[in-house]
Amino acid sequence: MRVFVALVLQRPVSGSGTLKSKESAVNIGSSIEPVVFAVFAVLTLVAGFLVVANPISRNPVTSAMFLVLTILSVAGLFVLLGAFFLAAVQVLVYAGAVIVLFLFVVMVWGGDGVERGKLRKFAMVVGGASLAVFLTLLGGALTGAGQDTKVGLTEGGARSLGELLINRHLLAFELMALMLLAAVIGSVFLGRKDNK
Amino acid sequence: MTVGLNHYLAVSGLLFCIGLAGVLFRRNLLVVYMCIEMMLAAASLALVAFSRFRGDLDGQVLALLVISVAAAEVAVGLALIVAVCRRGLKPTADELAGMKL
Repeated sequence: MRVFVALVLQRPVSGSGTLKSKESAVNIGSSIEPVVFAVFAVLTLVAGFLVVANPISRNPVTSAMFLVLTILSVAGLFVLLGAFFLAAVQVLVYAGAVIVLFLFVVMVWGGDGVERGKLRKFAMVVGGASLAVFLTLLGGALTGAGQDTKVGLTEGGARSLGELLINRHLLAFELMALMLLAAVIGSVFLGRKDNK
Repeated sequence: MTVGLNHYLAVSGLLFCIGLAGVLFRRNLLVVYMCIEMMLAAASLALVAFSRFRGDLDGQVLALLVISVAAAEVAVGLALIVAVCRRGLKPTADELAGMKL
């Protein structure tokens, strides 16, 4: 009976918008967590670099395949961060829908465009400047006061995220619905045959 | 050693920079779109990392919004690319230089 009462009392109050942070049920041992993080981080960055600059192939299909690898590694990082629902959505939406769209367009409309090899001076300047700004900011952030936060893992399951989306972030929810409707209408309009 | 917010932000920032370099350097419009997707994924990774180290789920809701923005954007963008191809142009940034200054 006491256990039952404790269980009831421990349940988060539904609808109040506050979610208690709790220890994850699938808590990975803290000794292996840095290893998993390092694997996914390196995989993300290497695959992302191969999307942009593949030394072997300039084919857009190869880029799309490495984009799949990048997205899957980011989904792995999401799992490591406790965002389980977002990881699933990421895999479904990106690796499922977006990449299939990309491959359709590449294969139907010939993605064999031979690129000009020369690099633009403007692009070099802007890229170098953005990289310099980023490295400055990153160095400042990494050498600053360490964020030694001891926050428990908040699981982002479908239920908790959905409750939050319906209650507190209803505007974002409606915005998503409207935006997807606009995207559907717009792409149907753009894809008409007599759109000359 | 524990993995902190800084590490996730470093990965996210580097991924964003790679995507930005791709947008600037590559001329194929499809690859440019892929790089934009990569930048959006980097942004959502940063949001989820902030959400985890703040201890609430608001950042994950915003990341969900970012993912749906990416899906809508890629639908419209690929429809645009198909419309460009229907007019007999190749989908490269060099061919579509009509609005260039």
